[in-house]
Amino acid sequence: MSTAPSNATPARDQGDRHDPAEAAASRRSPLRRLLRDPQAVISAGILLVIVALGLLTPLITDHGPNQASLDAINADAGSHGYLLGGDKSGRDIFARLLSSVNTSVVAALIGTGIALAIGVAFGLIGGYYDRRLRAVTEWVFSLVMTFPGLLLLIVLLPVTNGDYRVTMMIFGVLLSPGVYRLVRNLVLSVRSELYVDAARVSGLPDRRILSRHILYTVRGPVVIATAFLAGASIGVQSGLAFLGVGPSTVPSFGAMIADGFTNFYEEPLQFLWPSLTLGVITASLVLLGNSLRDVLEGGRPEPSRITAPAPRPTTGLTTGAGSSGLLTVEDLALAYPTSSGELKEVVSGVTLSLEAGETLGLVGESGSGKTQTAFAILGVLPAEAVVTRGSVRLDGRELLGLSERELCGVRGRAVTYVPQEPMSNLDPSSTVGSQLVEGIRTTTPMSRREAGERALALLSRVGISDPRRVFASYPHQISGGMAQRVLIAGAVASRPLLLIADEPTTALDVTVQAEILDLLRDLRKELNMALLLVTHDFGVVADSCDRVAVMQQGEIVETGDVLDLFSAPRHPYTRTLLDSLLDENSARTDQPGVADESWQKEAR
Amino acid sequence: MILYVLRRLIAGLVLAVLVTMITFLLLSTSFDDIAGSTLGSSATPARIEEQKAQLGLDRPVLVQYLDWLFHAVRGDFGLSYFTSEPVRSAIAARLGVTLSVVLAALLLTAVVGVTLGVLAATRGGVVDRIAQGASLFGHLVPNLLIAIGLVWLLALRLHWFPATGYTPLGEDPTRWAASIAIPVLALTAAGAASLTSQVRGAMIDELRKDYVRTLRTRGIRPRSILLRHALRNAAGPALTVLSLEFVQMFGGALVIEQVFALPGFGSYAFNASLQGDVPIIMGITLFAVLLVVCVNLLVDLANGWLNPKARIR
Repeated sequence: MSTAPSNATPARDQGDRHDPAEAAASRRSPLRRLLRDPQAVISAGILLVIVALGLLTPLITDHGPNQASLDAINADAGSHGYLLGGDKSGRDIFARLLSSVNTSVVAALIGTGIALAIGVAFGLIGGYYDRRLRAVTEWVFSLVMTFPGLLLLIVLLPVTNGDYRVTMMIFGVLLSPGVYRLVRNLVLSVRSELYVDAARVSGLPDRRILSRHILYTVRGPVVIATAFLAGASIGVQSGLAFLGVGPSTVPSFGAMIADGFTNFYEEPLQFLWPSLTLGVITASLVLLGNSLRDVLEGGRPEPSRITAPAPRPTTGLTTGAGSSGLLTVEDLALAYPTSSGELKEVVSGVTLSLEAGETLGLVGESGSGKTQTAFAILGVLPAEAVVTRGSVRLDGRELLGLSERELCGVRGRAVTYVPQEPMSNLDPSSTVGSQLVEGIRTTTPMSRREAGERALALLSRVGISDPRRVFASYPHQISGGMAQRVLIAGAVASRPLLLIADEPTTALDVTVQAEILDLLRDLRKELNMALLLVTHDFGVVADSCDRVAVMQQGEIVETGDVLDLFSAPRHPYTRTLLDSLLDENSARTDQPGVADESWQKEAR
Repeated sequence: MILYVLRRLIAGLVLAVLVTMITFLLLSTSFDDIAGSTLGSSATPARIEEQKAQLGLDRPVLVQYLDWLFHAVRGDFGLSYFTSEPVRSAIAARLGVTLSVVLAALLLTAVVGVTLGVLAATRGGVVDRIAQGASLFGHLVPNLLIAIGLVWLLALRLHWFPATGYTPLGEDPTRWAASIAIPVLALTAAGAASLTSQVRGAMIDELRKDYVRTLRTRGIRPRSILLRHALRNAAGPALTVLSLEFVQMFGGALVIEQVFALPGFGSYAFNASLQGDVPIIMGITLFAVLLVVCVNLLVDLANGWLNPKARIR
């Protein structure tokens, strides 16, 4: 694992994208990883060569950058000892190019140095010390940030007299708020870490903690920012020189580009050389910065399409025969690619069946593949998941292999879903009502007004006593219990044949749990739906289910009638789970309280 | 709501006073040179003192600043030292040019950046690589070189647009559009580059969220999930980038206007600063700060509209 190639995609299992082994490898030696990244080595190499050439200018060329000779005007490359020829004033283009490198380096050093000094110092202070001080620094930096930087540099021309070093100092100040915010955020997040607490408790002076522990965490992002700051400084310095700011005796890419531009038709090369060098320098800085970011902070996220999981064409789907149930899952297996490129199975050969109107409990500890099985039935697995074999049939129709478009006709109508964590499953920026109405209008032909009334009726059916208020609320304005009722309302809106509820009570307060389970049970009876109840809690199973399937490490180890299974568990794993239920002295309070009266408890 | 806007506007005015004061204090260190440059290089020290007195530059700095401020509050920004043109009408005439370039570029940046970002985040594969490549290119190549490259390609080679010059909108809308086309494209290149990567990242984060999966289980079409839900949630950070982009473009317009010889705010500021024309410099500073304050306020209001949690109650 530790020798995983750098281009490997990290394993993603149940939404957890951090493979510990890979994280350890990335922590091992950033410098060594950087040296293995060709983009980093090449861009850093180019920069080093260019800077070295700049430093060695006096040794490389005999001519000064401003030394002009009349007979060398627009001279050809190689003549008069001018490697790249002469410009329109008869100066050595090569010598000016090298001196411009030095100007750029100085500009980058001043701009970056000042931005880092101010930004890091105040970021450390603002992030580490108390709030009042932070409020002041915050205000000052947001003031600096509001001003168009280049305009200020121009406006202050009478003050700076166009000296690029003074200009770069001001520019450094203008860049510092970005560094400040970066450092301040990092410090704020590190400050609450346990090891910093420990250091403080053990009596280390603040100064030591700042320099030892906190500066250590901050250094990676600051190194990355430095590359981009240097690029920005060089860009601005050239831009100003291009405009003609500053004495003409200071050689600069900007001035050379401006000269070359006016002479473009006669001698296009005079324009090309400085542009090319400037372009190569800034491009190298940006590429180096990107490499540094990838190495120090991990790769950038990869896009994933909204798409139904495609079964591997090589493994033919089993065509189920005989069974007449509502839902039949046969020999379903799915896998995720690991960092080494192989597939790791998380569900291996699950077989399930559900009759119309029946409640099946799918039980197992976390990581046993219950949720993945549920997602596979719904066709909403993450894009990188691979269904390796099996069949999922709903009401006689094979769901695996259907396109997203075809599945849209099945989901929400025949099968719906109630999630585990209600808050994160509602769109935070749409009202509850608009989300319900959209769902209703997708599944049933209704006008906006009819759908709104149906949504209100559903909200009061699921036990919300103030449906109009909740209808107009945003998700963050209602409680978790209410949000779960809203999600249930949305799920049953289309009178589905099958409702899949994935740990519907785990994230809720104990008092609300029982009410939600009762609600699900009542709705199931009322609408005669089948219910697939994913849970880790045998108490829930005992209350609500007709049959139960026990899952362990991606496989179903035991299926049976609830009563039979409770009285005579056959598989040792089932026995262990049942025993732990008896031990743990279940906290569930079974009050079948009427939902309509209980809303006041959860209303905030 | 109205109170909030008022509070923000007052804070903006305080900011404007502070920035103009700091600018004035900094400028005051070079009043000798400025007085000298209004007279030409042959001026004697005595003549310079006389000129300073005439321009009012010999009074205490704070008195001068307050004098400027009181006049500015009443809408009088003074006359240019060199052309005796009233600063207010001069700026108003030039602001239109700059704003038409910057706003057009901002609009184009929003369209290109959001489209490319969403495509990259949702299509993946080749589309993602092309969008990321385009975004990287915009970052890699300095703005100045992009501008010059566009002039060379679109004006000198293909003769699609004029290389320099400006036609007012009132005179001929088509020629107006042609005259700002290359500057707008040049500003858009850099702006769209950062917006694309921002939108791409935000959309990828959104599409991995739980509510997207739940919307799918409701049978909602992918197009609606993308545009009505995920994009709306991703738009907040993108708007913030866009407002920073506006500030940067406003600065970038300086270089661009110089390259394309546009009679805008930037080139006006540049020439005024070279000459040390204090009334113009002060007027320009004030207008720029107020403009930025207004844009930031608009962005915050739009953010509140997009994100109910950030809404002011």
